[in-house]
Amino acid sequence: MSAVVGLARGLMTTLRSMFGKPITVQYPEQKLPVTRRFKGRHFLDRYENGLEKCIGCALCAAACPANAIFVEASENTDEERFSPGERYASTYEINMLRCIFCGYCEDACPTEAIVLGDNYELSFTDRKSAIYTKEMLIVPVPENGKPTPQEIEPGTFTRSIPVMQDPED
Amino acid sequence: MGQLISLEIDGNKVQVPAGTLVVDAARKAGVDIPVFCYHPKMEPVGMCRMCLVEIGRPQMNRDTGELERNEDGSYVIQFGPKLETGCTEVVSEGMVVRGMTDEVSRARKDIIEFLLTSHPLDCPVCDKGGECSLQNLTMEFGSGDGRFLYDEKKHFSKHVPLGELIYLDRERCIQCGRCVRFQDEIVDDAVIGFEGRGRSLKIVTYSEPGFDSYYSGNTTDICPVGALTTSDFRFGARPWEMKAVASVCTHCPVGCNLTLNVRRENKSGGDFVVKRVLPRQNEAVNEIWICDKGRFAHHYASSEDRLTQPLVRVDGELTPASWDEALELVAKRFKEAGSDLLTLASGRISNEDLFNLRSLSDHLGGSTALYSEMAGGDLVAQVGVGQGSNFSNLGPETTIFVVASNLEEEAPLYWLRVKQAAERGAKLIVANPRHTKTERLASHVLRYPYGGEAALVLALTNSLSTKRIDLPNEFREIERSREIQAAAKDFAEADNAIILFGNEGTGLQTSRHLAQACANLLIITGHTGKANNGLIAVWQRANTQGAWDMGFRPAADLIETVRSKQALYIAAADPAGDDPNFVEAIKTTGFIVVQELFLTETAKLADVVLPAQAFIEREGTLTNGERRVQRFYTAVPERLQTRPDYSITAQISQLVGLELEDKHPFRVMEQIAAQIPDYSDVSYEKVSAVVEQWPIIGRSDLYYGGTTYENSQGLGYQLQPAAQKGQPVSLEAVQLEEFDSGGEAGLVAVPVTVLYDRGQMVIPADLLHQRIPEPYVVVHPESIAHLGLIDGAHVRLDISGIEVDVVAHLDETIPQDVLLVPRSMGIPIHGPTPVEIAVVEQAVT
Ligand code: SF4
Ligand code: SF4
Ligand code: SF4
Ligand code: SF4
Ligand code: FES
Repeated sequence: MSAVVGLARGLMTTLRSMFGKPITVQYPEQKLPVTRRFKGRHFLDRYENGLEKCIGCALCAAACPANAIFVEASENTDEERFSPGERYASTYEINMLRCIFCGYCEDACPTEAIVLGDNYELSFTDRKSAIYTKEMLIVPVPENGKPTPQEIEPGTFTRSIPVMQDPED
Repeated sequence: MGQLISLEIDGNKVQVPAGTLVVDAARKAGVDIPVFCYHPKMEPVGMCRMCLVEIGRPQMNRDTGELERNEDGSYVIQFGPKLETGCTEVVSEGMVVRGMTDEVSRARKDIIEFLLTSHPLDCPVCDKGGECSLQNLTMEFGSGDGRFLYDEKKHFSKHVPLGELIYLDRERCIQCGRCVRFQDEIVDDAVIGFEGRGRSLKIVTYSEPGFDSYYSGNTTDICPVGALTTSDFRFGARPWEMKAVASVCTHCPVGCNLTLNVRRENKSGGDFVVKRVLPRQNEAVNEIWICDKGRFAHHYASSEDRLTQPLVRVDGELTPASWDEALELVAKRFKEAGSDLLTLASGRISNEDLFNLRSLSDHLGGSTALYSEMAGGDLVAQVGVGQGSNFSNLGPETTIFVVASNLEEEAPLYWLRVKQAAERGAKLIVANPRHTKTERLASHVLRYPYGGEAALVLALTNSLSTKRIDLPNEFREIERSREIQAAAKDFAEADNAIILFGNEGTGLQTSRHLAQACANLLIITGHTGKANNGLIAVWQRANTQGAWDMGFRPAADLIETVRSKQALYIAAADPAGDDPNFVEAIKTTGFIVVQELFLTETAKLADVVLPAQAFIEREGTLTNGERRVQRFYTAVPERLQTRPDYSITAQISQLVGLELEDKHPFRVMEQIAAQIPDYSDVSYEKVSAVVEQWPIIGRSDLYYGGTTYENSQGLGYQLQPAAQKGQPVSLEAVQLEEFDSGGEAGLVAVPVTVLYDRGQMVIPADLLHQRIPEPYVVVHPESIAHLGLIDGAHVRLDISGIEVDVVAHLDETIPQDVLLVPRSMGIPIHGPTPVEIAVVEQAVT
């Protein structure tokens, strides 16, 4: 008796999926939206005025469990300003082959400069092209901003690090 | 060591010498009591209150004066009503220290909160971040939350250059005073100080140029926060990203132990580079300090101008060639030259290099010469300071005699060590023709005219002995000074006596006499063959002593020695650059090989130029002025086609049929030990041995000694001088000759040493350029009164047949009729030389 019930139950499942709406997505023509906290390829953010958020502190590199990030810092001057603080990343590289997309770098960043985005389409034909340089990671200059380096009125930025709000979420 | 005191710290029973401070006792017991203002090398000041602990002392019965005891025999402990600062309290018998109670934790939390009221949140970009004691202590004891509003923080300028080498960030300063106290107490250069009060207190510099001290970099090490940082390392890397490699400074005979911090750098095309130089603790050599030359001049080793490929002269031009080609050519010509080969080397290279050079030369029957203007290495090997010598142990029972040396300019850390010994009570005799900083703590200051250094030492000896050796007429005056007798008495009667002789105003000849006179004085007074007794030569190069030990000797007349040789092999020396008179002599040589870092003037004359490796790229050992053999390690990969000196020589040797070690310097050391009796007990193992040192300065400790690295790679091995091995040492007569009198104007140029010269090992460090003077001379205004010169005038010197234009500085404190000529400034001078001077252009006033 129970064998029949079991058989019927199994068939039900089969039948349901036969006549249900298919869930297959025709990638790459079709793409699914990712979840809010999805961790895809990083980007380096800018402020609205175009200055880079990254201050070259290398805390992301320190936090990275995969040792995927390399940062080299240089000093800003008012003639050539990249970021609002005293220092900026003159070299910023992420080796996407090493990265495990854990997002620790994003957590470690004091200025919310490095952010893991939605892009998961990372494929390379050689190892070298897996190393994303600063030029590849940094977002385009916002509409009202100016590209970096900027020439800035002396005395505009006097802090080592731009003042940050307490992170909320 | 005095009486031992027993106390208990957080449950640990410890015994420490009487007089120990509670924080130090805790450190020895392995308990961390946090400190900010206290530094184990300085007197406590109790300014920051970070070290608050509960201290209990045994209760005393007022009637009997006995310590009261519980029934079980333990002392009755009475705790004070308030917390006490562990850095100012001295241990006492039966003391109980508690550092883990709630009250102490609360106090620590409060102090941290207080220090952070206006501290900026700079950690992510601060150069100290990662090795900062404020960070560490905040992590350990801080509350994790701030009750103070950010907007109410006081803001100050972030980037105040105290000089071009050291930057101050006023917001980060916690006002511990370590930097100011270091400059005042330790190095006696009171060029920075506090100004203002309270939150507005700031560090200012009083000197021009700013922070004018040879030791300024050390303040950035001991500053417990990132308030003081060097311009050299500004935003260079985060501390945890760099590899630490043990090394030894190659700039002077002190041989300070260093740590090179190395990292790959994109700016340098992805190469490994030395990002900064920090001291490495060696209490017998440099303690935890180094001078700014050692810290900042290292850039020469990574200079773009380095030679990277062998060059061979083809049709009159130096042309790039392969190593095989170059070595084969060299081997062939050396073989042909045979005994007519001269190998000239300086003490800039390691013992291994010098040994191989010597072996090759011996094999071919050639001769060797040391490129040096100082003599006496053989005497140091006989009556040098004994094994176990350590300036740190010198006190009232010691007399230190510094002669013919501007010690701070010649070897800054020797100056510091001598000064500290004098502060501990050692008697200091300073003999020099002009005033030097060494005199500040001297018990006896002796003056003599330039050229009279040996006569002065002789006069000291004469006043002790019945067998007087007559001084030449011109120096008779010296003997009549009453000070001489007093100084001689102090020297002879001291338990320990050390002589440091330098190169102020001396040339090879005079240096020889001076060294002999010093050795005689030591022998006569019995100050040889023991630890803390003997002779130290303040050489001009880091390894000149090693070169003597490897058998190199300076040639009396080098120009003539070089002339008409069939082959010349020059390593780490630039005679043509130092003195154009060499050019013609070198050109008479049949075949010239130069082994160098740079395309020097001498290298430009060569037939073959072999690119050597700098000390950061290879291993080796150096023997310092106290004959301590110390090892440096490979920090960065070799640069292009460069090879270490010992390898190059070994590879030439192999082509002429002599097997020398070309791969492993430790094997070369094995051969040195086998062939050079003085080094028979030296091995890489021995020089790499360490023992625990005091103070313990772990970098992440809460008891913060600074960013100096602890020493786990070797304290070196001090050789025994012949006298200590029981071999006889004999007095040699000192020949004194007449002093060269001057040219028409009666002026004699005498060489002196300055720390920041224009040599190949300093000039490539751009950040020192403001401190490196233009070529200059110093003269007493009276000596050239007829010229009516004003300070800073441009003059033309006619010296050793060469004309040079220099700036003339007038100085009334120096003797008359001499012209002080700094070495390695592009002015050819090897010893006292007649000179003529003419005005080119008066300075603009
Ligand atoms: S996501 Fe994780 S693994 Fe990838 S770079 Fe960031 S920290 Fe490193
Ligand atoms: S991305 Fe953020 S954490 Fe990384 S270096 Fe830049 S500021 Fe620092
Ligand atoms: S600069 Fe540094 S060492 Fe000097 S007082 Fe301030 S915190 Fe202390
Ligand atoms: S004192 Fe001499 S050995 Fe020490 S760091 Fe300075 S130059 Fe180098
Ligand atoms: S008061 Fe003791 S360390 Fe500052």
